[in-house]
Amino acid sequence: MGRYMSAISLNNVDVAYDGVRVVEGITFNVARGESFALVGESGSGKSTVLKAICGLAPEWTGEIFLLGEPGSHRPNLSLARRCQMVFQDPYGSLHPRKTVDAVLSEPLAIHGIGGQDERVEQALADVGLDRRFRFRYPHQMSGGQRQRVAIARALMLEPEVMLLDEPTSALDVSVQAEILNLLKRLRAERGLTYLLVTHNLPIVSFLCDRMAVMSKGRVVEIASSTALHDGSFTHPYSQALYAASGGA
Amino acid sequence: MLTREWLLDDSPASRGQAAAGRAYRVSLDLPRNPLAVAGIVIISILILTAIFAPLIALEGPHGQYLERRLLPPSGDHWMGTDQLGRDIFSRVVYGARITLMIVALVAVISAPVGLLIGAVSGYFGGWVDSVLMGVTDVFLSMPKLVLALAFAAALGPGIENAIIAIAITTWPAYARIARAETLTIRNSEFVAAARLLGASHTRIITRHVLPLCTSSMIIRVTLDMAGIILTAAGLGFLGLGAQPPSPEWGAMISGGRSYIFDQWWVATMPGFAIILVSLGFCFLGDGLRDVLDPKSEGKS
Amino acid sequence: MNLLSVENLCVSFPTPQGRVNVVDGLSFDLGQERLGIVGESGSGKSMTGRAILRLIRPPGQVEGRVNFEGVDLFSLSERQMRTYRGARISMIMQDPRYSLNPVMTVGTQIEEALRVHERLPKRAMKARVREMLEAVRINDPDRVAQLYAHEVSGGMGQRVMIAMMLIPRPKLLIADEPTSALDVSVQGDVLRLIDDLVRDHGMGLILISHDLPLVARYCDRILVMNAGRVVESCDASELHNATHPYTKGLLAAVPQMHETREELPVMDRTLWAGT
Repeated sequence: MGRYMSAISLNNVDVAYDGVRVVEGITFNVARGESFALVGESGSGKSTVLKAICGLAPEWTGEIFLLGEPGSHRPNLSLARRCQMVFQDPYGSLHPRKTVDAVLSEPLAIHGIGGQDERVEQALADVGLDRRFRFRYPHQMSGGQRQRVAIARALMLEPEVMLLDEPTSALDVSVQAEILNLLKRLRAERGLTYLLVTHNLPIVSFLCDRMAVMSKGRVVEIASSTALHDGSFTHPYSQALYAASGGA
Repeated sequence: MLTREWLLDDSPASRGQAAAGRAYRVSLDLPRNPLAVAGIVIISILILTAIFAPLIALEGPHGQYLERRLLPPSGDHWMGTDQLGRDIFSRVVYGARITLMIVALVAVISAPVGLLIGAVSGYFGGWVDSVLMGVTDVFLSMPKLVLALAFAAALGPGIENAIIAIAITTWPAYARIARAETLTIRNSEFVAAARLLGASHTRIITRHVLPLCTSSMIIRVTLDMAGIILTAAGLGFLGLGAQPPSPEWGAMISGGRSYIFDQWWVATMPGFAIILVSLGFCFLGDGLRDVLDPKSEGKS
Repeated sequence: MNLLSVENLCVSFPTPQGRVNVVDGLSFDLGQERLGIVGESGSGKSMTGRAILRLIRPPGQVEGRVNFEGVDLFSLSERQMRTYRGARISMIMQDPRYSLNPVMTVGTQIEEALRVHERLPKRAMKARVREMLEAVRINDPDRVAQLYAHEVSGGMGQRVMIAMMLIPRPKLLIADEPTSALDVSVQGDVLRLIDDLVRDHGMGLILISHDLPLVARYCDRILVMNAGRVVESCDASELHNATHPYTKGLLAAVPQMHETREELPVMDRTLWAGT
């Protein structure tokens, strides 16, 4: 069965907020080690799908499998070790009163993992941050540096699956390039599975193998990233999105 | 080791240095605000007066010297003497101890209670929120002094009971503030990130939510100190707080009530003390708000 | 004569380390053309737009000269300046949700914008509002005029903002990131609309954005700013021949739709730090 082999498997998933259904009938499979994108415009429900997978949007029905195990309706310890998320806003995703050290030690403390000192230093090195950043507060760092810390935090528990929610849309292009390179390198080094949410098609072209195009809470098309090279989309919405994003 | 460069280092080398650096920056910002400085000076004088009361006061707060009763302010008695001939200045000085104790105890009791109730209520929402906020609203809907009066009357007069009564009436305001703050914090991405790491609710409330509520709480408590002092004085004035001959400022005003037309200083002098200290706390609170406000942090 | 000429514009703000120039000696001339100012956050591009309209509040300080149609804007009184703002020079901000008044209908707000600068009978006023809403390609202007800010979508809100800014028929439009809060499919519409209106009315346009390719598409000339200074000034069509390493770095760092690079080039910030 596909669901036991794949990293992420969604079958006919509906998600609601306070009883209002915002996402309907989502079905897709992401293989282990694959990088998959959910693309669409604001309000298409792409971030909601991510939240349902990691348990932050509890009102979902259907089947979600994560590395062969059924999904959960709320975050828990075993889910935390399998799957972590990087958020859009590096200013909002770090606690304003905690040093980088505190942010990175917390997952280890929660899961009772020892050797915090070495692990924190190693994590900083992995995301390309100098060790002198270790005891800084978020307001002493730039947006790109904060996003590196957020990525390091997500990697502390060594999850296989990373959910990336517009990880570079709040950053300048030159910083975006650095973060995209970092994400690409980390995936290659650790064999991570990425599920990336974005509205930016060129990023998909750089970072992902396949994508699902979402519109109004539904997946309208699942295509290979090569479709971005030649524009071979079949659904009219995907074609329109491709054209609006500057694709020929 | 404890140099300016070490404290202001942008890349601290240890947890301790990072925390010390932050505290140092706050202590650098505070003196830039003239009102805050005024507040600090007044509160420092209050604290020093309380500590060194026996050295500052001309005589003990108790006793009777009927031969010199109701003397107006003079070189010998800076604030005059009262109906029992006691030196009012000395009594005001000793009264600082009582005031400080009331303020400290009320803050220690009511702020944490309010903080915790508000944070729990805001974080969980739903029926927990309804129940806790319902209780809070019941307390809030009654006038503070009247409620404190009722409690003081039920518990019996005395300074300890007055403190308990005031604490019971002040926590709901803190719960409301903490809840409002928590509502904005609980939907933030760093809380979502902590949940994804598997953090328990207790951990999120104590490690993530509460530290962010405390600075606004400190500001609010400081600003409320004036009200607490006034309520305590009010209870003392009505005879439900500190009992004579205790030199509590409110009780002193109460004692001077009968002489207010002919010997104005008896009631006025402790009144001045109350106004001055209340003002000091207000100034300090405003200054702290400018310095501790997380939104202004790191911008300069 | 130039519509706008900016000479040695400096904007400075105090910091604990002394005053820092966020715009540092900026000069350019603008005719009836479309000028793009591009830069990353902190480059001073938004401050430039605000400084021209004298919208920098203390403790910020502005120095230099800004001439608009031969008038030195910095020598005007605040009262005289107000007759320029909106009427002669308009500005469109990033997010329509924050720029529209939440308790006024869209129609009333556009009327207000007109009333401040022109006295017209009520009927003529309504007609102008209607005409303007049609000009920004809103299909049913009468219905939209009755809506409140929270009832319109992002794209629609930005169109309303544009209508509001253009109804007094200004000579210069400053658009500060007019589309960054909008979806890609709407972005193109809004920019094309601004483009058409600017051409039809013979206005000057300053388009401020972080998006180099986008600015290149909609402008005649481009200024690339970094750390308060212009590092590159060229015709939009000549952008691919840019010489400054910063501009080149910016262009190369953008992922392409036909991306085949294994790694995106990252700028070495030490290269031009001295310039």
